[in-house]
Amino acid sequence: MSEKKKWLPRWFYQLASPRWSYDIMGKLLPGFALVALISLVVGTIWALLYAPADYQQGNSFRIIYIHVPSAILAQSCYMLMAVAGAIGLIWKMKVADMVAKSCAPIGATMAILALATGAIWGKPTWGSWWVWDARLTSMLILLFLYLGVVALHSAIESEATAAQSAAVLALVGLVNIPIIKYSVDWWNTLHQPATFKLTERPAMAPEMWMPLLVMVIGFYCFFAVSLMMRTRNEILIRERRSSWVKELVGKQ
Amino acid sequence: MEQIVTKEQSKSADESVLNLFWAVLKRDLMLAYRKKSDLFNPLIFFLMVATLFPLGVSPEPDFLAEVAPGVVWVAALLATLLSMDSLFRSDFEDGTLEQTLLSPQPLFIVVLAKVLAHWMMSGLPLTLLAPLLGVMLFLPAEGMSGLMMSLLLGTPTLSLIGAIGAALTVGLRKGGVLISLLVLPLYIPVLIFGTSAVQAAVTGLPLAGFFALLGAMLALGFVMAPLAISAALRISVSG
Repeated sequence: MSEKKKWLPRWFYQLASPRWSYDIMGKLLPGFALVALISLVVGTIWALLYAPADYQQGNSFRIIYIHVPSAILAQSCYMLMAVAGAIGLIWKMKVADMVAKSCAPIGATMAILALATGAIWGKPTWGSWWVWDARLTSMLILLFLYLGVVALHSAIESEATAAQSAAVLALVGLVNIPIIKYSVDWWNTLHQPATFKLTERPAMAPEMWMPLLVMVIGFYCFFAVSLMMRTRNEILIRERRSSWVKELVGKQ
Repeated sequence: MEQIVTKEQSKSADESVLNLFWAVLKRDLMLAYRKKSDLFNPLIFFLMVATLFPLGVSPEPDFLAEVAPGVVWVAALLATLLSMDSLFRSDFEDGTLEQTLLSPQPLFIVVLAKVLAHWMMSGLPLTLLAPLLGVMLFLPAEGMSGLMMSLLLGTPTLSLIGAIGAALTVGLRKGGVLISLLVLPLYIPVLIFGTSAVQAAVTGLPLAGFFALLGAMLALGFVMAPLAISAALRISVSG
């Protein structure tokens, strides 16, 4: 048994305690914030000034540097929400519930950002703001799923029940997302295929996808920062009756 | 303690599970039969929604024939959704649901029986009524079989998914709108394959693929949804 316990580092178990995870996130925050700031600034300047213009779309393609990262993030955020919800359901970890709750609004914002930039990009490229295309529609449905989770959270007063219900909904959604994706894909498609795939090299020129990669890293770090800040707030609100929070608030 | 399960014991266990299933199914059907308005309201709603489209969009037969598969499917979907809220509501209010959760019987079976009863009271009549709507909306006769088959395969999935939403919101006073918010995005694949099947039937394309997909979704829902419904019921009732 004792050997088994060493398998995971100590801080992993400490994450289950709201107090410890508050501290750990506090220590991680500045690092992520710094990386996010640097990569977002460098990526934006690189993308807008130095990356070559597209031979067909001209400069209008540059919106890809916001569109793709936000779309990728909207999807990974849902995964994180569902996994955190599952951890909360199975091991009854309060912190996991709080992470899942904090994910929903961020993911919804990212989905809206992806849809909005897509619409702005679609106007010069396809000639219309909105096309009933598979990928647009599945992103819209993802947004609806996020909104459902947020609505469920706000409808149920008891925090613990709300977290568990939202986790069940997120997990049902997780099973459904691939089905929705493929059903919508077969239904109607116009959008170009994914820019980044794990198995293949990107079809774009390196000078174009390198800044994109920097932007994606920047978005992920920014997401981590805002998620940790939200979760820390959530911890303080839910643990407001515990002595360490009172002490912490008393100090300031 | 280790138990030796003999053949007879496992047989009697199978029987008791089957008995439980039939008992819950019979009870729910009886309750629905005694309260007939709950049975007819979704059907009337189904008819009314389909009537709105010729009035609101265009009464042209050509146009209606083109949109008929989608209109019938959307109307069926909304009618199912409308009847969803009452699935666990009365059981929750009079305490039956709590007793069911406390009972040693597998919740999976109880939930499955309740959803099946609900489908027999909503999805099945909707399927039987669909040809009438098809005629009203000038759906070509070739499309009828596709319409009925796709509804027959699709509406149980709608009931299964909707029951998850109903179970999540049963403890809330105003569950109605919230259910639609939670469940409608999950209904989309069923809607897409259902209408595609009807359109394929109208144009004479092979249907087997769509039916296979609808059947696959039904099988997946049959196995997974009762788990989610049971979990959601336990959360809603305990919270």
